[in-house]
Amino acid sequence: MLQALEGSQAIAQAVALCRPQVVAAYPITPQTHIVEGLARLIADGKLQCELVSVESEFSAASVALGAVAAGSRAYTASASQGILLMSEVLYNIAGLRVPLVMTCANRAVSAPLSIWNDQQDSMAVRDAGWIQLYCADNQEAVDTTVQAYRIAERTELPVMVCVDGFTLTHTLEPLEIPSQDQVDAFLPPFHFARTLDPLHPISSGTLVSPEYYTEARHAHHQALLRAKDEIVAADSDWAVLTGRVSGGLLEVDGPDDARVAILTLGSVFGTLLDAREEYPQLGSVKLIKLRAFRPFPIEALQQVCMGLSDVIVLERALSPGSGGIVGAEVRAALTELSAAPQVHNFAVGLGGRDVPLDIYPRLLAAIRSASPVRFAILDVELDKLTVEDR
Amino acid sequence: MSDLAETLMPIAELRRNQPRFRGLEAGHLACLGCGQALAARLVTEAAGPDVVVANATGCLEVFTTAWPQSAWRVPWLHSLFENAAAVASGMEAALRAQGKSSKVFAFGGDGGTFDIGFQALSGMLERGHNVLYVCFDNEAYMNTGVQRSSSTPHAAMTTTSPPGKARMGKRHLKKDIISIIAAHNIPYAATASVAYPSDIRKKVRRALEIDGPAFINIHSPCPLGWGHDGSLSIEVARLAVECGLFPIIELERGALTGTMPLRAPRPVTDYLKPQQRFAHLFQNDPRAKEELEHLQALADHNIETYGLRGERPDPLDSAGADTVRRGGVRWA
Repeated sequence: MLQALEGSQAIAQAVALCRPQVVAAYPITPQTHIVEGLARLIADGKLQCELVSVESEFSAASVALGAVAAGSRAYTASASQGILLMSEVLYNIAGLRVPLVMTCANRAVSAPLSIWNDQQDSMAVRDAGWIQLYCADNQEAVDTTVQAYRIAERTELPVMVCVDGFTLTHTLEPLEIPSQDQVDAFLPPFHFARTLDPLHPISSGTLVSPEYYTEARHAHHQALLRAKDEIVAADSDWAVLTGRVSGGLLEVDGPDDARVAILTLGSVFGTLLDAREEYPQLGSVKLIKLRAFRPFPIEALQQVCMGLSDVIVLERALSPGSGGIVGAEVRAALTELSAAPQVHNFAVGLGGRDVPLDIYPRLLAAIRSASPVRFAILDVELDKLTVEDR
Repeated sequence: MSDLAETLMPIAELRRNQPRFRGLEAGHLACLGCGQALAARLVTEAAGPDVVVANATGCLEVFTTAWPQSAWRVPWLHSLFENAAAVASGMEAALRAQGKSSKVFAFGGDGGTFDIGFQALSGMLERGHNVLYVCFDNEAYMNTGVQRSSSTPHAAMTTTSPPGKARMGKRHLKKDIISIIAAHNIPYAATASVAYPSDIRKKVRRALEIDGPAFINIHSPCPLGWGHDGSLSIEVARLAVECGLFPIIELERGALTGTMPLRAPRPVTDYLKPQQRFAHLFQNDPRAKEELEHLQALADHNIETYGLRGERPDPLDSAGADTVRRGGVRWA
């Protein structure tokens, strides 16, 4: 049954259906409604769970780490500065191979202060060793949250479910909340093999000399690469149960014979789908939704980009002094193809700047020039800047 | 069930074969005379096997868990320098959710407790987690090569508070952590010293009885950082108590409920002299004299504040506390 729900409320309900035993979080816009929703469910007795209201995001991640290590399914959520404050713990959670699920309500990072959406926060911790899944709409956010627990617990890797702040978290959409029976059928009770148990004492997070560190990192890298199969399997198994797919590692929409593709992450995908309908005269264009950014689906990406002449990477993560983060990775992956398409990289919608439908014709116009656009921020209004900053 | 019986055996055997359960085994890599190794052993010994430990980064982690070895017989996790209290909070919440009653310990040095981990500790105390936080206070960042912490005593020499022409060692007072902890109105907070093992055991057991947060700060000499002979660790620790610079006290809900009286307070110089970190205070320098007077005043202040001066010989005072005599009273 479809119901109109705010993204955050829907995510809170999805988390509750996964039966977490410990939720730890610190409020930060635009994540707050998620944890408020969970707190409400706990207060009303609809969710049996320890809610640990901590004094910082650093502790939120730490409490969640401790909870999973002690054998409980746990949850946290954050955004922006909060992600950066907990970044040291995020690396630690991944290194300890603690299967935690968190939501990142993507928000720009200050300075200057912005509470609005872009994706630099999660991209800043892309190398922490977490699985990162990006959601295009709130239905995906709900479905991906449930899938994330299964992926995390099967791979012993933490999963970050990234949803665009405000664009998704604060927007009402008609969506389906799965039933408790569906989630229970999909997600077995949590069992962590390396639980801290006085009957089976283990030491975790020990000092490791150079003799062993490389092996630990290798194992972690391999685990992330192997996780690709689990991400695909979780999505297809969930589809059997609910009839809904979220795209596995990535999703392609558009005619097979298209020579141009636009690749993006998160909610801009929906904008592009609408825009393509709005401008049918502009020819056939494939739209690629990158759902898994870590592990980076190199083979799947190469597969869908074979035979293309141009790939436009549209992203909301700027690496100052370099360019686009996703663009660089896509370009690197596609250079391995024999007839590699040209990769054009644009940053757009930084700090909540609106991404209107006419972004679509502008993008297609921009790649008609002779050389590929290595990188540009698409919607800069230079007249707002002093001359030396232009 | 068979799995349970299988796992119960080794612990049952351990209990039979050892005079006490050892949470921290011998054979770790601590320096000779390490106060922290001794304190950690005493704490885990007193607690028994039904505990889970969150350990902050520091010497204790490094010298006990050089992969692929571990000296711990209790479940133990090291995460980061500054989050032992928060990780322990999570463990406690998880065990509570699972209906388990294993006690959760958080271990940290003074760096991870007084300084970088202070926020997480304060949060844990405020939220009332059923966790015993033990700080092994060796009064500097020993693991990184002896730099000052906010626990370093006034005038002490460290590599970041060296004495020189313009300075006489550390310029700031040792942070009064126990008062700050007590101000959280937690059920139990105490100081202890490795010089008084039975006192440590008593306090750990007291803390374990409590449902709620407890904190024990254990003065733990570091021969390397303090510059004394390893064989003198216990003696130096005892002198810190006997001169009043490290008062042994207990606080419940913020109120002082117990002290270890000093039968005959010693001058602070007795404590400072054996330690290289105070060597600059014993040179012919008028500033040194001033600092010694200052340190004596701090000790006197502690003695007054906590009423440490016993009025009569007392078997529970700093000289008698850990002595065992036939028919006498033991401190614990």
